[in-house]
Amino acid sequence: MNAIIFSAIMGVVMMFSGIFTQKKSAITLTAIIALLVLLGANICETYGCFSIDVNTHNLLHFTKFGLYFNTILIAATLIFVLLSGSSIEKAGVYVADYYALIFFVLCGTSVLTAYNGLLMLFIGIEIMTIPLYILTGSDKKNLKSNEAALKYFLMGSFSTGILLMGIALVYGATGSFGITSITSIAPTSAGALPISFLQVAGYILLFVSMCFKVSAAPFHFWTPDVYDGAPSVFTAFMSTIVKAAGFFAFLNLFEANATILGPTWKILITFVIIATLLVGNITAVFQQSVKRMLAYSSIAQAGFMLFALFSNNDLAKEGVLLYAVAYSIATIGFFAVLVKVKDHTFDGFNGLAKAHPVLAFSATIFLMSLAGIPLTAGFFAKYYMLAAVVKSGGSFWIVLVALGFAAISVYYYFKVIQAMYFKQGEPEVTSATVGYKIALVLVALLVILIGILPSIVLNWFYF
Amino acid sequence: MIALLLILTPFATGLLSFVMTKGNFAKNFSLLASIAIAVLAILALNEPVAPTFDVAWLNNLGSRFTLKMDGMSKMLCLLTAVSFPLIFTAVYKNEYKNPASFFGLMLLTQAGLMGVFLAADALLFYFFWEFALIPVYFLCSIWGGEKRIQVTFKFFIYTFLGSLLMLAGILYLYFHTANHSFAIQSFYQISLSGKEQAFIFWLFFIAFAIKMPIFPFHTWQPDAYEQSPTATTMVLSGIMVKMGLFAVLRWLLPIFPLATVQFSNIIILFSVIGMIYASLIAIRQDDIKRLIAYSSIAHIGLMSAAIFSGNKTGLEGVMIQMFNHGINVIGLWIIADLIEQQLGTRKMSEMGGLAQKAPTMAVLFVLMAFANVALPLTNAFVGEFLMFSGLFRVNLVIAAVAGLSIILAAVYTLNMVQKVLYGEVSTTVSNAVEISFNAKLALILIAFAIIALGVFPQPMIDLTKDSVVGLIIKK
Repeated sequence: MNAIIFSAIMGVVMMFSGIFTQKKSAITLTAIIALLVLLGANICETYGCFSIDVNTHNLLHFTKFGLYFNTILIAATLIFVLLSGSSIEKAGVYVADYYALIFFVLCGTSVLTAYNGLLMLFIGIEIMTIPLYILTGSDKKNLKSNEAALKYFLMGSFSTGILLMGIALVYGATGSFGITSITSIAPTSAGALPISFLQVAGYILLFVSMCFKVSAAPFHFWTPDVYDGAPSVFTAFMSTIVKAAGFFAFLNLFEANATILGPTWKILITFVIIATLLVGNITAVFQQSVKRMLAYSSIAQAGFMLFALFSNNDLAKEGVLLYAVAYSIATIGFFAVLVKVKDHTFDGFNGLAKAHPVLAFSATIFLMSLAGIPLTAGFFAKYYMLAAVVKSGGSFWIVLVALGFAAISVYYYFKVIQAMYFKQGEPEVTSATVGYKIALVLVALLVILIGILPSIVLNWFYF
Repeated sequence: MIALLLILTPFATGLLSFVMTKGNFAKNFSLLASIAIAVLAILALNEPVAPTFDVAWLNNLGSRFTLKMDGMSKMLCLLTAVSFPLIFTAVYKNEYKNPASFFGLMLLTQAGLMGVFLAADALLFYFFWEFALIPVYFLCSIWGGEKRIQVTFKFFIYTFLGSLLMLAGILYLYFHTANHSFAIQSFYQISLSGKEQAFIFWLFFIAFAIKMPIFPFHTWQPDAYEQSPTATTMVLSGIMVKMGLFAVLRWLLPIFPLATVQFSNIIILFSVIGMIYASLIAIRQDDIKRLIAYSSIAHIGLMSAAIFSGNKTGLEGVMIQMFNHGINVIGLWIIADLIEQQLGTRKMSEMGGLAQKAPTMAVLFVLMAFANVALPLTNAFVGEFLMFSGLFRVNLVIAAVAGLSIILAAVYTLNMVQKVLYGEVSTTVSNAVEISFNAKLALILIAFAIIALGVFPQPMIDLTKDSVVGLIIKK
């Protein structure tokens, strides 16, 4: 409960901070402090030293897994603000409002990591996405940003509609919003209560709408335009923290309820995984713009994260944690570099290594992590996902398919490295301060550290 | 402890070299570091029992940082350790842009290679396998020839895809170990059914076959050898291909005994096809580097065939030939590099009469060429003889066809010697001078090794005896 309350309060505080000061850096500093407080509050609740308890009548259920996941999301946001704070200040006029919106998004993710009923799922998703529509359109004078915001809003509300329909059907079938109580109704023997048609239809609709939210194929069409059109800083935020929260909600929803769909479930999820990997990876190969390539690659990464739903065991849970960390840090880090480079095509990166070795080196580490090269965090993220699949037994072929796509992903990620290191050019880069460079290198080292010792992420979970 | 030092020294010195601002200083520093590593490797030879190193690493995954140095590891570490000082000496006079990074990356590659040869834990092995590749990728792409970027990328994606297949195989085996561990001993104790072995065997073998490379996975190799800076080509063909052979011996044969028996004929067949095919192409080459590249495919093919012949003689031959081929091919590359540096071309049709201008080099070149043909009294003869006699016991026809490659090797190698060294002095050669002292030193050391090991190969055979016996027992 701490995180929900604090993030809402902090959001309001940030909103008003714009009245008291016009200095943008002061606002960023306030946001960093607020995030630290939020992080502290959430960690306190995880380890039980301080928590505000409100009786939610079992609508929210705070598990250690959920709380820890929320800690990761808040910490990733902190890294995001530390790295890209100066870019947020430049994204538009209303800096205080942007921070306020980010905190409201965090409020939504805090609900999503704790929901125990379909109603709270709906509320959490709405709290999380409505601020995002605004953030996407925050570059008001840019046509692409406006287009992206409208597209995102329309597609988002459409998928929310499907979500609501699904919830209504499930409620009609079971008479309850609870996700755990639904399972208890599921029959244990053949003669007992049969699963009603309504319930199955409802869950399929829920599945579709969650696929929308995490941009899994064939429901991914909004992603490239929105990620490409939104200001780059906010794309970094959307494609990492928000997406990870969406995955957690997805996993939480189907962890116990996948059985309702029976054997169809495996076919459904396998189809979605393969389609997502295929669309994401193949389309990313042909992109000319790095930012758009990252949009498609984020679809591809979603395909990997979906393996957690496929295997649905302990290893998959650890995998989701690690994947959220690895993918978020690397993407946030790389976007922090991308924002500094003016030309977002591959050629815009030509010769970056010579002109700005620190930026190029860090970007290389982030890209390697995204590609899943060993000794970076991304390797273990992918490793856990695939190990979970092998552990769940059967379907070894899907691991081979996934690895084939991982090899393809190396192609487009390394194209950026090629441009930076092996090609000549004069990249246009906006000024990078020393503090920013130090932060960047520290984040890159963190990626390597997690790549060598993934237990530093996972042990906290068992602590 | 010495096993750890063999990895840590090149790693640490490589990182140090990166931050050095003076290129010349970095060069000298790297040379000294590589000599120190060579001394370490020689010291390791004297260890009576296999040195090990073991420390907890990924406990919840069942993986430990375990290194083990048996005879085969000792020999390949020795090869890696002595190759780098030779390479650094030979290219001492070459100009590289940004030498600090160049030598830093070279040393990092060495660390990766050492790790591959020492790892006794599957996940650790996989890590080092990839770790050796990354610096090479940068070396070839930054300092290579004209088409370097595309060629290196092909090489990188190709080998990366192979290692991902291996990762899938490792994962599969991991869940079949009794105690869920990546330790090599646990892997050795897995008993899989014939069907499972037949499937997983190929996941591993393709990864190793791409690295070696054997026909039909060799397509990246000639281009990569041609486009890489020659110092890196030496590492690639002298040491890195041994990773594939070593991995087959260390990981494939003991874990999949049934599949090995089942598929050995197919693999021997493909290896021999590759030998003949590569030899025939080598005859048609005009570019020295491409010629050596194809000749290298032929030699590797023989080693791969001998591994799968599965008898003691063949395996002994492979063991010493891994070392000998590494040394010999580095010698040939040094010569090729010297010729290119002096004449500015690699085309043999434009050369001729170099022996008149550079007599010392000519003598050394001829010696290297003899070793490449495996003439008696050179080290390669011992290895190839053992390998052929191993192959004869399996199948007479195959061995006879493979034997053709010796004749073909003589054709292309001696043809190269003749075109480059003898005949009229061509216009490109007219300004050539004798090779410099550092190159001479490196070549003489190699020449010495060629003859010494050719006359007296017993120490090498003794060194790897425990590994050969281990492999025979496990079958």
